[in-house]
Amino acid sequence: MTTTPIEPELTGIAAGLAAPRLPRIAVILTAVLALAVSGLLALLLGWGIIALLVVAVILFDIGLPVWSRIVEGARYAADRLTTCLVYTSFLVVLVPLVWLIGLVLKNGLSAISVEFLTYSMRGVVGEGGGIYHALMGTLLVTLATAIISVPIGIFAAIYLVEYGKGNRLARTTTFLVDVMTGIPSIVAGLFALSLFVIIFGPAIRIGFAGSVALSLLMIPTVVRSTEEMLRLVPSDLREASYALGISKWRTIVKVVLPTAVGGIVTGVVLAISRVIGETAPLLVVAGATDSVNMNLFSGRMMTLPVYIFQQYSQPGIVPHDGGDPPGYARAWGAALVLIVLVMLLNLIARIIGKIFAPKTDRRR
Amino acid sequence: MAKSIDVSDLNIYYGDFLAVEGVNMTIRAKAVTAFIGPSGCGKSTFLRTLNRMHEVIPGARVEGKVVVSGQSLYDSSVDPVAVRRQIGMVFQRPNPFPTMSIYDNVIAGSKLNSKRLKKADADAIVEKSLRGANLWTEVKDRLSKPGMGLSGGQQQRLCIARAIAVEPDVLLMDEPCSALDPISTAAIEDLIQELKSEYTIVIVTHNMQQAARVSDDTGFFNLKATGEPGHLVEFNPTTKMFTNPDEESTEAYISGRFG
Repeated sequence: MTTTPIEPELTGIAAGLAAPRLPRIAVILTAVLALAVSGLLALLLGWGIIALLVVAVILFDIGLPVWSRIVEGARYAADRLTTCLVYTSFLVVLVPLVWLIGLVLKNGLSAISVEFLTYSMRGVVGEGGGIYHALMGTLLVTLATAIISVPIGIFAAIYLVEYGKGNRLARTTTFLVDVMTGIPSIVAGLFALSLFVIIFGPAIRIGFAGSVALSLLMIPTVVRSTEEMLRLVPSDLREASYALGISKWRTIVKVVLPTAVGGIVTGVVLAISRVIGETAPLLVVAGATDSVNMNLFSGRMMTLPVYIFQQYSQPGIVPHDGGDPPGYARAWGAALVLIVLVMLLNLIARIIGKIFAPKTDRRR
Repeated sequence: MAKSIDVSDLNIYYGDFLAVEGVNMTIRAKAVTAFIGPSGCGKSTFLRTLNRMHEVIPGARVEGKVVVSGQSLYDSSVDPVAVRRQIGMVFQRPNPFPTMSIYDNVIAGSKLNSKRLKKADADAIVEKSLRGANLWTEVKDRLSKPGMGLSGGQQQRLCIARAIAVEPDVLLMDEPCSALDPISTAAIEDLIQELKSEYTIVIVTHNMQQAARVSDDTGFFNLKATGEPGHLVEFNPTTKMFTNPDEESTEAYISGRFG
């Protein structure tokens, strides 16, 4: 550490305000240096590119704060260190995400074709076939799940926020909802299976049972997110409405819900994207099939996650000229379609959230 | 139209906590009545009992009588929703509905109750209410814009327009100017003077000059001590209150010797 020269009294203030700073180029310089040192080590020790980058980032995260400590002092050094850590964490989070999307795109894109999207697997041996039956199954099962869960979830949240206000029933409900959030999906599947077996007899496999199982997973998420959104609506608005002589129910329907609708829709769509990728419960209660089945209430129903699982676990025969069995490509293709589906849902949620957001702009 | 309010032996509770004790007063029709007093003495709480907004808070309840034109408000047969339709309220902070346009905010009272209004009638109500709230000339060209886009003072006048659009008999105002600048305050005080010809107005204010300027009668609320319930110290015509009050503590408060 450098020693601060003792300033005379009169110039003390000016000296205290103007402290030495690192030049702007310092960040780039440190990065180049870190890369160079790490590259040199990589050449000497024969590392791969990933090890090189990791070491470079670590060197940068140590180097810049140390340099800053020497020139700028402790406070700036802490600032630099925190900035470095924040950016590094951001990169670390981003890596698996980009990697995953890149990998699915690389392996799945070649499988996508008109045939892949419009054909089922009925009678397909070897190459060919598609995901049409699974795509329709996923859409139908998820739609039915949403139809069951959204009203129950939203009404439960309305009760908790507007009517329950911390009474015994509301507290119990909140506790049970929290417990339900943590239910393993396979347990939900087994519950739905035993429920339907009691009603319809053994060996029952229908799409609707899958919807019931997924509803168990979706309702708590919807309740939670809707509850948060309703609590955000200021009580001023409720009082304004009451003061106009408007009943409680109408206040909820026409003032509270419209004010919160953007957030509620976003929460619902995020809940849907959480359940759309569930595999285990559907494998247990909806079964698997190679044919298109548009009837939720009769017969087995294929869904995308189960399709991916099935194609990967039973990929078919390895072709004569070597290479991968045909199921692998189909599994990657279906995974890509599933990811695109979830992304589309998120996009729709954002658009809806934007449309319904309370209008507060001051532009004329 | 305008109605007088008789309050007798009113005790106001939050759960077990007695917040305001033993209020007796008569609020005259077509006059402005102001409540003054230090913070936490129960002015706003008392105001909210006049249109049964107090009981919106869980556990809140009252004992005693509030009689509006011969009808006791706290009879078990009285529907609080109907009471609030006749006794409107304007709050301390402007609270227009954020999802609605200026136009929809004004007719919110009818619209949220799903009353069917002819377009011409709705237009007439909007114009009359906005003119009544001195806001018409400022917003008539942008009625379809969001109400939240207005300035604070305009929002507060929009809330007043919304309150008078349902044609109540009484208008309660809970510190309507405390969040506003002096010019908006002057606009609202002028408005109160105009509204007086048609409505009974009750206003809570921290501003003693404002009480002196706008009101005909004034009530002074105070606490005996911290933790004790608030009570009505004195209720008199404003001129008497500010020149020759009956109570020592009123004079002390008004002349700034405490509080």
